[in-house]
Amino acid sequence: MSPNATLVSEAKNTWCPGCGNFAIQHAFRYVIEEFEKEGIPKEKFVLVSGIGCHAKIVDYFNLNSFYSLHGRTIPVATGIKMANPELKVVCFAGDGDLYAEGLDHLIHAAKRNIDITVICHNNRVYGLTTGQYTPTSPYGYQGRSTPDGIHEYPLNIIELLLGSGAGFVARAYTRNIPLLKRVIHEAITHPGFAHIDVLQICATFFNMTSVYDEQVYETSEANVSQFDMACRTGQQWNYSDPGPIPLGIFYKTIRPSLPEKREIKQTDRKKVIQEILSRYS
Amino acid sequence: MAEFSVLIGGKAGDGISQAGQVIGSVFSSLGYHVYQYVDYPSLIRGGHNFCIIRAAEYPVTAFRSGVDVIIAFDQQTADLHKGRLSDDGIIISDADRVKAPGLEIPLGQLINTHQGIPIMGNTAMISALIRYLGVPWERIEPVLKRKNPKKTEKNLEIARAAWDVLSPSRKLGIPGGSSRPFLSGNEWIGLGLLAGGLDAYVAYPMTPSSGILHFLASIADEAGIQVYHPESEIAVILMALGFSYAGRKAAVGTSGGGFCLMTEGLSLAGQAEIPIVIVVSQRTGPSTGLPTYTAQSDLMFIRYAGQGEFPRWIAAPGTPEEAIFLGAEAVRIAWKFQVPAFIITDKTFSEGLFTGSSDLPDLLPHRVSAPAFPYHRYEDMPDGISPLLAPPHPGEIVKVNSYTHDFKGITTEDPQITIAMVEKRKRKEKALKEYTDQPGSVKIAGDEKAPVCVIAWGSVRGQVAEIAKDNSFRFVSPLILEPFPIKTFMAALEGVDRIIVVEESAAGQIDKILKEHGIVPDEIILRYDGRPSTIEELETRIRRVL
Repeated sequence: MSPNATLVSEAKNTWCPGCGNFAIQHAFRYVIEEFEKEGIPKEKFVLVSGIGCHAKIVDYFNLNSFYSLHGRTIPVATGIKMANPELKVVCFAGDGDLYAEGLDHLIHAAKRNIDITVICHNNRVYGLTTGQYTPTSPYGYQGRSTPDGIHEYPLNIIELLLGSGAGFVARAYTRNIPLLKRVIHEAITHPGFAHIDVLQICATFFNMTSVYDEQVYETSEANVSQFDMACRTGQQWNYSDPGPIPLGIFYKTIRPSLPEKREIKQTDRKKVIQEILSRYS
Repeated sequence: MAEFSVLIGGKAGDGISQAGQVIGSVFSSLGYHVYQYVDYPSLIRGGHNFCIIRAAEYPVTAFRSGVDVIIAFDQQTADLHKGRLSDDGIIISDADRVKAPGLEIPLGQLINTHQGIPIMGNTAMISALIRYLGVPWERIEPVLKRKNPKKTEKNLEIARAAWDVLSPSRKLGIPGGSSRPFLSGNEWIGLGLLAGGLDAYVAYPMTPSSGILHFLASIADEAGIQVYHPESEIAVILMALGFSYAGRKAAVGTSGGGFCLMTEGLSLAGQAEIPIVIVVSQRTGPSTGLPTYTAQSDLMFIRYAGQGEFPRWIAAPGTPEEAIFLGAEAVRIAWKFQVPAFIITDKTFSEGLFTGSSDLPDLLPHRVSAPAFPYHRYEDMPDGISPLLAPPHPGEIVKVNSYTHDFKGITTEDPQITIAMVEKRKRKEKALKEYTDQPGSVKIAGDEKAPVCVIAWGSVRGQVAEIAKDNSFRFVSPLILEPFPIKTFMAALEGVDRIIVVEESAAGQIDKILKEHGIVPDEIILRYDGRPSTIEELETRIRRVL
């Protein structure tokens, strides 16, 4: 048995007990095993993480990985996918990581429809830096950097993604594992940019279990290709006020994606350079 | 006549730089070596643009204070530059727009008569210049044809009409021999990267580095490379690291401000040991500074950029041949040692145009050697260099990490592994230093035995090299600035008792590197107005302290 035979690495897991990350890890492992059964070998996958509690997930998998910088999963993943379109590139990012520090990359990735999958571990709080607010924390959230509470509404990330041109937009919840597995599988299969905003609790700094359990419901995906319906579904919850929280795939459409299907020639560099020089003589 | 200089000037949008290139190509086709200096403000229409094209029977990489001909498309050109005219020099101007003594070409009338468009006035002026110089029509026609691939016949018709306005007044010598390629410094650097085996170039536009992006994008399909322009310099370097991780040799290019944004990615490359080539073309700072003017004030920044300690390689070309060689070498070094490899240049070199040799050195891209299995990305090797492997590889995993990591690439906070990883990088640095500190890393010119030595790097070497010919001093310049090739450099200084440093900065950047190694310059000649010195300007300043 080769040392890579199991999907889980020998790295010691340091997530807090009860952390939502375990559910994402479990679901992703299941999806990889499914892809292996479908004939896609696991070495075709590259995981890219940012920095934060979520990011440790790449250490815990015996899979190719690029443990990158805070907010920078998307440009790294884009480079990898452009370099080798055969690879299945999956970003694991946090909400502070992806929606604050690296937000511009997210918007541009959706716009250019780069064929990667982004899984955002959205616990709506900075965990590793001890509980500060993030772009998806609710109005009035009190953290160590905002002891009086924040006077700003959160970003509705679903609206932002739809407005940026994302072709696959979904929301999942770590306590609905069957949905999470299905959505991850579909996102990776989708030809183009695919985003999953995964609601998870932070067991230490922002435990929303009872709120989420009460508010979430699975939306119908019957009109998944209709943009205006997707917008309406996305607007049902503003990441702040109480009310129903839809889960599932909100929008799915196919449009031209990167990398372009273009053959890159093998060239004799010396000949090419001499040809160019002769044109400039 | 050993050399000849032409100044051509007008408003931005007049196509001054392109017209200068055609004049340069004409001189090159006659067998001259050519250098073209390009001076323009940061705007799209209006302002004052000018180029100085200098042709000589020996390689030239600088320009003189004086010119033999001024071609004026506007009054400002004649007024600003008439003081540069040599005793027998002359102004050739657009009769409709300029009042100046000299030769007038009725551009508006020529274009109207032949139903051309205003930009064809450039072809007309070039034709008039060549006629004035007494060069036969047969010598210029093929160049004009080649440089005007669109509306060729109309351009030639107008050129011929302008030709007939003047009579030949000079007899420009024709050295003969075959025409040399005439390209910008940015293009020569781009060719160097290609020669080194580059697979991908990622960049965000920023003067004066954008020429590399434009050039490589224009030849991407032909050369078999990928060129991409993403949303920011932060994205640029991280995308390039993604390319590199996936086994494609990637380079990025920018100027100081863009490089500021790249520094977190640079440090990531240092920690994760991901090869990358970074071209930084300096302009006058700090901050936005003078966007279209030159400087040598980012050497220290590039040398120390990025948090933490990690090895890097920095080289500064000064000639087209060095741009090809060092561009290729940067790719080789980055992949051989898995370090960031820099080409540091500046506006003068990037956007200046140079004729260079079309004979290429034998350049073999670095071949990545096969690793042992099971694969560990950070395998502890005696020279500190762990074998590279690009995913996908059946049964193996490739893990890279911005955290301190173990030999497999998994995050660690263990002090012993931390030490092992620091020492691995230090061994790599030592190997890099030994590889770099060799003959060729430092150039010696001028009077090689003289006790007085001038030290300069980068584009300034073009001016100093010419001054060194007529003055008895030794000219020593490092091509590699990091790791500084101190053994080779000290050998070049053997017998020197007086050191003069020349640099386009206010603080003296190489001065600090020299002092680190116990070399204390006696004089330092600095310039910080964003303009390169003419040969005469710098010669006067050097002679004052010789």
